[in-house]
Amino acid sequence: MSKAIQYIKSSAVPLAAENVDTDQIIPARFLKATSRDGFGKNLFRDWRYFNDDEGQPKSDFILNNPVFKGKILLAGKNFGCGSSREHAAWSIKDYGFDVVVSSFFADIFKNNALNNFLLPVQVSDAFLQTLFAAVQANPQTEIEVDLEKQSIALPGGEQETFDINSYKKTCLLNGYDDLDFLLSIKPEIEAFEKTF
Amino acid sequence: MSKTLFEKIWEKHVVRQLDGGPAVLYIDRHFIHEVTSPQAFKGLEQRGLPVFRPKQVVATADHNVPTVDQHLPIKEALSRIQVEQLHENCAKYGIELYGLGHPFQGIVHVIGPELGVTQPGMTIVCGDSHTSTHGAFGAIAFGIGTSEVEMVLATQCLLQSKPKTMRINVEGDLGTGVTAKDIILYVIAQISASGATGYFVEYAGSAIRKLSMEARMTICNMSIEMGARGGMIAPDETTFAYLQGRDFAPKGEAWDAQLAYWKTLYSDTDARFDLELHFKAEDIEPMVTYGTNPGMGIAVTAAVPAEETLAEKDLPAYRKALEYMGLQAGKAIQGQKIDYVFIGSCTNSRIEDLRQVAALVAGKQKAPGVEVWVVPGSKQVEEQARREGLDKIFEAAGFNLRQPGCSACLGMNEDKIPAGKYCISTSNRNFEGRQGPNARTLLASPLTAAAAALTGEVSDVRNL
Repeated sequence: MSKAIQYIKSSAVPLAAENVDTDQIIPARFLKATSRDGFGKNLFRDWRYFNDDEGQPKSDFILNNPVFKGKILLAGKNFGCGSSREHAAWSIKDYGFDVVVSSFFADIFKNNALNNFLLPVQVSDAFLQTLFAAVQANPQTEIEVDLEKQSIALPGGEQETFDINSYKKTCLLNGYDDLDFLLSIKPEIEAFEKTF
Repeated sequence: MSKTLFEKIWEKHVVRQLDGGPAVLYIDRHFIHEVTSPQAFKGLEQRGLPVFRPKQVVATADHNVPTVDQHLPIKEALSRIQVEQLHENCAKYGIELYGLGHPFQGIVHVIGPELGVTQPGMTIVCGDSHTSTHGAFGAIAFGIGTSEVEMVLATQCLLQSKPKTMRINVEGDLGTGVTAKDIILYVIAQISASGATGYFVEYAGSAIRKLSMEARMTICNMSIEMGARGGMIAPDETTFAYLQGRDFAPKGEAWDAQLAYWKTLYSDTDARFDLELHFKAEDIEPMVTYGTNPGMGIAVTAAVPAEETLAEKDLPAYRKALEYMGLQAGKAIQGQKIDYVFIGSCTNSRIEDLRQVAALVAGKQKAPGVEVWVVPGSKQVEEQARREGLDKIFEAAGFNLRQPGCSACLGMNEDKIPAGKYCISTSNRNFEGRQGPNARTLLASPLTAAAAALTGEVSDVRNL
């Protein structure tokens, strides 16, 4: 399976909420699995359903609105705060998103996302508002995310560049993970331990 | 060159600095628990890797465990499987496990310090955001995800970008009835739930220096609730006195050598921080939260903020939070009815917390209709409480003293707050559904929680 992320062009789902914590993304009672698979069905579980019942969807929640779909999740600032549970990144990825766009990400969530080839794209508050407005006005709006160029753009030409450290960029573009790298320098780690 | 405490420890642990990227950071201690480790072990298995340094890993079961009848098998199948997997994984890879029934079992952030595993100058990680607790000893301690747990198991290292540094100074003397929990709830209310994102915080100032180790842990514990990567306090005589003689603290000559090193761990006088904040202890009152993130806190004597005090753009989220909580803008928080009281969690479940509660409620009775759970942070805390007779005080007051675990902090084990009910809680998060679907959480100190247990409503402990 190629995990690499290079270029994504997709419509987006606009989740207009700030300070979305990982308890909302995936409530603790769903953390009992011992594999990484299948968390998507419980993504935003308590915002999606009344009484924890899939037969009772909350129609005003954005994931339940069939008009909005795509591989890009737009979200308000401070996305992914709270618990370190990587299950939050797994559930977003498993649901079908490859990119989350916000004006601010919580640190642990950002690392977890990157380690799961879910690209966190941090944009300015103003550009985030532009993206929300464009998608809300026309749900078919396709947003282009180009990791090589570190750019995110709307069809009308409005665009912004985003930061990502060069190491992580190489990993994502090529499908490498941190563990591959750390294992490759194990002799150096052992040598370090002796001097410590 | 002058350095901050954080920089001194960080630089000592950098194995290699990548150009334009993160550092390879060596990790001294790794705590694991049943919820965020199974997929990491599975990853090792798939790659055919051993655990690189099993002696630097300590495991316990805390998130999923019941807090009654711990001698019986765990009833809920999925929880039982996770705990069993932890046992199997620890046995297979040679990792020390303080599981259910072990005299050292407890919440991971309570047992690390009380056993002396947590020490100044260390880098410490755990698949849990409240790992920041261990920073109270002058360690770089932070929460990680499961992929990172796998990396540390396999290589004892992580790739980490160096965070910015912030110092939060609290000067002066705390008033009666005001505790470490109130300091941190106050700071978070001042700077918001995202006010320290991207930073590693050092807490300093005379009010912090005067705190006990357990109180310092409460402060560092909630660093993550303002978005900080971690929080730390320079070690001092209070730290050394706490550590000396603990099970895994160095002994004899090793103690002397370590102590000499630990005494070098402080921010140099002219060290530069990226951001420095100042607060006065005298301004802090007993605090309580009214909303659905830990930044939504007020003094217990105050009212839920009126809508006029908020920016227009913040109103939708504010209204949503108050609707969830069933509270009214502009109304005093004192007098708000309480259904449940939870005294526990990695924030406030240590012996000093239990002693404070017991001192307040000795000879008194809980209010009718209020359910009160006191959940010690570890087996050792539970034993100590019984030795001191605190169990008798709780029993006489109608409080339910349970067995150690994360309990009602996170609605993942059997201890959940029912939908719509109000719980005043000494834990760290008041997120929607945190203590159970539609449960309503008000965060407070153990004293303020105990006061509510006696009156059945949010009360100012200074009036009792």
